[in-house]
This record gives sequence, structure tokens and C-alpha cells, in this order.
Amino acid sequence: MKILVCISHVPDTTSKINFVNGDSEFDTNGVQYVINPNDEFGLTRAIWFQEQQGATVTVANVGGPETEPTLRKALAIGANEAIRVNANPTDGFFVATQLAEVIKNGGYDLVIAGKESLDYNGGMVPGMIAAILGNNFVNSCTAITVEGTAVKAVREIDGGKETVSTTLPLIIGGQKGLVEEKDLRIPNMRGIMTARSKALTIVEPVAAPVNTKAVKFEKPAAKSAVKLISPDNLDELIDLLHNEAKVI
Amino acid sequence: MSILIYAESAEGKFKKVAFELASYAKKVAESLGTTVTAVTVNAGDVSELSKYGVDKVLKVNNDKLAGFTAKAYADVIKQAAQKENAKLVLLSSTTDSIYLSSLVAVALEAGFTSNVVGLPVSTSPFQVRRNAFSNKAFNITEISTDVKVLGLAKNSYGLVETASALTEEDFDPSIGESDFGVKVESVEKVSGKVSIADADIVVSAGRGLKGPENWGMIEELATVLGAATACSKPVSDLGWRPHGEHVGQTGKPVATNLYIAIGISGAIQHIAGISSSKVKVVINSDPEAPFFKVADYGIVGDAFDVVPRLIEKFKTFKEQQS
Repeated sequence: MKILVCISHVPDTTSKINFVNGDSEFDTNGVQYVINPNDEFGLTRAIWFQEQQGATVTVANVGGPETEPTLRKALAIGANEAIRVNANPTDGFFVATQLAEVIKNGGYDLVIAGKESLDYNGGMVPGMIAAILGNNFVNSCTAITVEGTAVKAVREIDGGKETVSTTLPLIIGGQKGLVEEKDLRIPNMRGIMTARSKALTIVEPVAAPVNTKAVKFEKPAAKSAVKLISPDNLDELIDLLHNEAKVI
Repeated sequence: MSILIYAESAEGKFKKVAFELASYAKKVAESLGTTVTAVTVNAGDVSELSKYGVDKVLKVNNDKLAGFTAKAYADVIKQAAQKENAKLVLLSSTTDSIYLSSLVAVALEAGFTSNVVGLPVSTSPFQVRRNAFSNKAFNITEISTDVKVLGLAKNSYGLVETASALTEEDFDPSIGESDFGVKVESVEKVSGKVSIADADIVVSAGRGLKGPENWGMIEELATVLGAATACSKPVSDLGWRPHGEHVGQTGKPVATNLYIAIGISGAIQHIAGISSSKVKVVINSDPEAPFFKVADYGIVGDAFDVVPRLIEKFKTFKEQQS
């Protein structure tokens, strides 16, 4: 089985979010980048398929040279090779078109992408890849097993979960549950050393229409200070929630 | 042209998000001088949509669509959009609708923007405001395609009643075998409990509760308020509560009317996940807990002392209301 894991290079979850150039660009100054957490759960599951079922695991990303350390980290975790599509990831459809091209050329059986990235939160790339390629697609996927070309997967639904059956080739939008937090791997020294000699191929983008464009960013308005209520006066809280906030 | 919405239903009843989406669509339609068409799938009685300004309903009733199948549903919405010559297609942000949206967008060659909050900033060029960076910022996105697909963030617009004269039409789109490449084998839903996605109120607790055996009062408070229960990441990592209850950046997002956080200090990732909630109440014994900086109302106190008394107060309040 050939697996492609799509990797987004995103600011660490604790990053301060600021903007520059007239609020038109994200301020990368002092920001640590990581593998998008939803993608990392998927990558770790892919490595499980590599170790248990002999799959090969390729990671791919659409981004500039600055994203290569993130790909190297994925290689250090255990991916066999990496592909970087050398382009600025301008919008979801653009990224999906590039990744669909990588998938067509590489003949991957299973494509694992995070259900959304933690920067733009578009949540559209896995579905768009599936729609472009006409492949089966399971979103919000929390578990997957593969026997031959038969797939069983679990999808999170509002208020529960759903078990589905489908076949390869398949795209999933993955999330926590594919593996648990404790199963995530921190690259060891040997992994880091080996990653240096693994192939990281750079490919040029294919033409794709620009459907959407982020024109400006805004930070939420500053919040007014919390109203403190004495634990001995809980009636006041009830009154405020009922008459002021009008939520009960 | 008209605006098309997908009015989501479950077991023959519309979800609240369907009415929110209709309310939003009506307002946008008024500014564009057009009408709102809703497409429904096995929805039963659709007349309630007329309260929220829907002008026309395309009713799809098909046994093949009894269970949710994203590709087939996306195909239905695409054909409805083409039939209505809709330039704007609106979907909500339930797990099912998020699953559908990107498929619909590619099928219609439409630019797609998710997590939209508020009415369009401008209709020419077409620009909308959306949540980004896990609710730590907004971004204004311009969509330049002829047909546009928007995903409206949950609880971001609310319900606005506008009476309309509703016309109903049966609609029978063609659905092929290729729409059913993913088959549902079984569905497990926690019955008798409000889900985090559907709840107007969420009661959430963290490590301050000291152990899973102390969740009885959290459950009771939630029951009194008709709320869903949730928890912080450490609590789900420790196995005190099921993963499905974990809210935050890598867990479930919460966009509810009232979020009550008990014994949760308020890590940045947790706050990001719940910040779309309208009103936040924090109960924590540590006055320095970061949650107090983002909450609307706060009580500095011991949960084991405050929560049982709060349950009694809410009970009395509910009795007076009824």
C-alpha cells in the first residue's frame, strides 16, 4: 500500500497571532512552526501501517523552502520520502489541485490529510482532493483499518460516531482518534540523522485558478473585564445570566 | 438566480442550524434583491421554513438517501443549485455539512469559504469575514468565482423570523451508484444526552475536579440546565472522561450561548476552542487562572462548595420560570 500524508506547516498552538503589512499578512516573527496536529495524528497512523502492513509512506506539502524543516521532522518520525510542491498555498482549491496532481503521479492508494489546519481552518482540502480525483472520501475520520483494498473507518458525527465501509483508493480527513496523543512520536536522534539522507523532492506547481483570496486579517476586539461574583451570592449570577446576558 | 441553502434535518425534523442558515440567507437575499430556495432531503413537513424567509423548497424524498452519504447529498445539492441557477450556495457547519461543502464547491466550480461569521462585508467584490487561526483572529476573504459556496459558522448569526409565502416543489435529482462508494455500517449516538454540537449551554470541567468520581455534580448541573457536558484536554488524556467530550483546539469546537467552565485554568488551546461561545462563566479557586481574562462572569471559589449550591439555585430558578 502506498500512503500519502498531506502535511500543513502551521504555527504552534501557543503562538501569538499578529499581523503585518496593513494587517494583510501573518506575522511570522518569533513563531515556531509545527506539523499541523490533525496531520500528525494521520502521519502516526500511516507509520503504523508502514510497520505492521508494509506500507510506504510519503509526506507532501505545498509551501516555500521555509516549510522543509517540518517535512524533515515528518521524515524523522518515520516517513520514507517527502515531496514539496514549491508554491505559496494561496487558497484551499489551489492546494487541493497541487496535491491531486502529486497523487495522480504517485499512484497512492490511501491519502491521509488532517480534517483542517490550525491556521486557516478551511477544512476543505481533503474533500476537494477527493472531488477532483473522484475518489472515495471519509471526513472527520477517527479510526481506519485496511485489508487488501477493503477499508473500515469510523467517522465522528455530531453526538456520536458512525462506522463506514469503503474501498481504496481513498482520501480521509483525519483527526485525533486515528491515534491517541500518547502514541505521537518525538523524533529520536537516529530518526533525525536518517531523515537527512531521505529524499525530499521539490516539484513545481501546476496551473490552478485562484478562487478565493485572504485580503485582510483582524484581531477580535478587546474584551471587557470579567465581572466577579462572590461565591456567597450565587443569586447574583443567576440574575445576571437571566436579565443581563439573557442566556437562561 | 436565487440563493440556495441546504436545510439539514434529522429524523424528519429540521436542525436549528437550518433555521439560522435560512435567516442569514434571507438577509443576504434582500441585499441582493433575490429569493431564497432551500433544498431538503427526507425532511417531512417543510412549512416551518416559511417562518425564516424561505421562498421555495425543493423537496427530495428518496429512500436511497435515508442514511447520510456525503457524495450523494453533495450531488443533490449541486443539481438543486444548477436547477435554480443559484450563484450563492449556503451550508451550515455541522459535521455533515462540513463534509459536504468542499464536494459541492468542486462540483460547481465554486470558490468556497468556511467558518463565515456575519453578513458579507461587501457584495461587489464579494467579501466575507471568517474565523481563522482557531478563533484567535478573523480574516476577510474575497471570492471571485461566479458561483460561491459559503459555510456559516454555528451560532454566529442567530434566528431571525421573517414570514414568507412558501412554495413547495418535489425534486428528483439523479443519483448514481458512484455516489455510494462509502457505505454506512452502523451509527452510535449517545441517546438521552444533549450533544455538544446541538447544545445551547455547555457545562465543562477540568482537572480541578480531582478525579472522575467527582463528575456527578457536573452531570447534575448539566441536566438541570438542559446542557451538554464537556471537559478539558488533560481530563480526556487522563481517561477521566470520554474523548468525545474534549473541547479545545484539537478537540471539539464549542460555539454555544453559555459556556460554564469549572476547574479549568484556561490554556490558550482550550480558550481558542470555546471562544466562539457567547457568554462564558468560570468557576475556579485560583484567581490567577487565565480563564478569568476571557470570561464574562467569574466566581473565585472551590467547585466542591460552589457547584452543589449553584445546582440548587438553578433548580429554584427553573421552577419559578415554569
